[in-house]
Amino acid sequence: MKRLLPHPVLTLVLAALWLLLVNTFTAGHLMLGLLLGWLIPFATASLWPQSVCIRNLPTLLRYVAVVVYDIVLGSFRVARLILGRPASLRPAFVTVPLELRTDLAISLLANTISLTPGTVSVLLSEDHRSLIVHSLDTGDATTMVAEIKHRYEAPLKAIFESC
Amino acid sequence: MLDILLSLLVLTGAGFTFVGSLGLLRLRDFYTRLHGPTKATTLGVGCLLVASSVYFSTHHTLSLHEILVTLFLFMTAPVSAHLLAKAALHLGVKSLAPVPPAAGPGPDGIGKPKP
Repeated sequence: MKRLLPHPVLTLVLAALWLLLVNTFTAGHLMLGLLLGWLIPFATASLWPQSVCIRNLPTLLRYVAVVVYDIVLGSFRVARLILGRPASLRPAFVTVPLELRTDLAISLLANTISLTPGTVSVLLSEDHRSLIVHSLDTGDATTMVAEIKHRYEAPLKAIFESC
Repeated sequence: MLDILLSLLVLTGAGFTFVGSLGLLRLRDFYTRLHGPTKATTLGVGCLLVASSVYFSTHHTLSLHEILVTLFLFMTAPVSAHLLAKAALHLGVKSLAPVPPAAGPGPDGIGKPKP
């Protein structure tokens, strides 16, 4: 089973991607999408050193919802900061200690931080134990770190590192 | 009714994209400038894509291409922002915020000369 279907999640994602690309939904395209989704993982197996495991589908969905909410809210906040007085901004580099250990989870956390307006992940320390984040306007660095850990890191840990 | 909603979405999208670009002009150092165009545009482009999807789905056939654009944008925008910021740290670009020792050019930082 494992050898015949190395990455079941990737197969489904690729099939969905194919259906979106052709922008039509027919049985033929569904079959073609599934076929591509089955074959492509064999060709790209060396790019996936660790197999991806996803637990807690509800947590994953809630995580996506939280990120979308934060993007909308953060966009308004950044827009206000840009239109306000740029001289009164308090930009800062903040170091976030990481509890995540797998590369996939860390890169997803870094991506999420960069995606939500107001923060950009700048540098991952060489030992992968902390992430330096640049924030556009920081009131209190400790609160910001706690928020990142609570809102993003904890769910990612539950989703990708519980197996 | 639908037209009004779509116009609002397009205008909101254009507004956020504009404010994001305005950030380039108004913010004062490289790192803060990075936040404008990469971020405020996320919601801007998002609004435009929702409008496009709704318009073509109601006027022609169901159109979900836009989901792909969003997906690829969400995967690539953070990576480019991260690389720009990392390159800036390496080069020691002037920053308003104090650069942490682990990040700046210096004996402990990533900018240190490799033996």
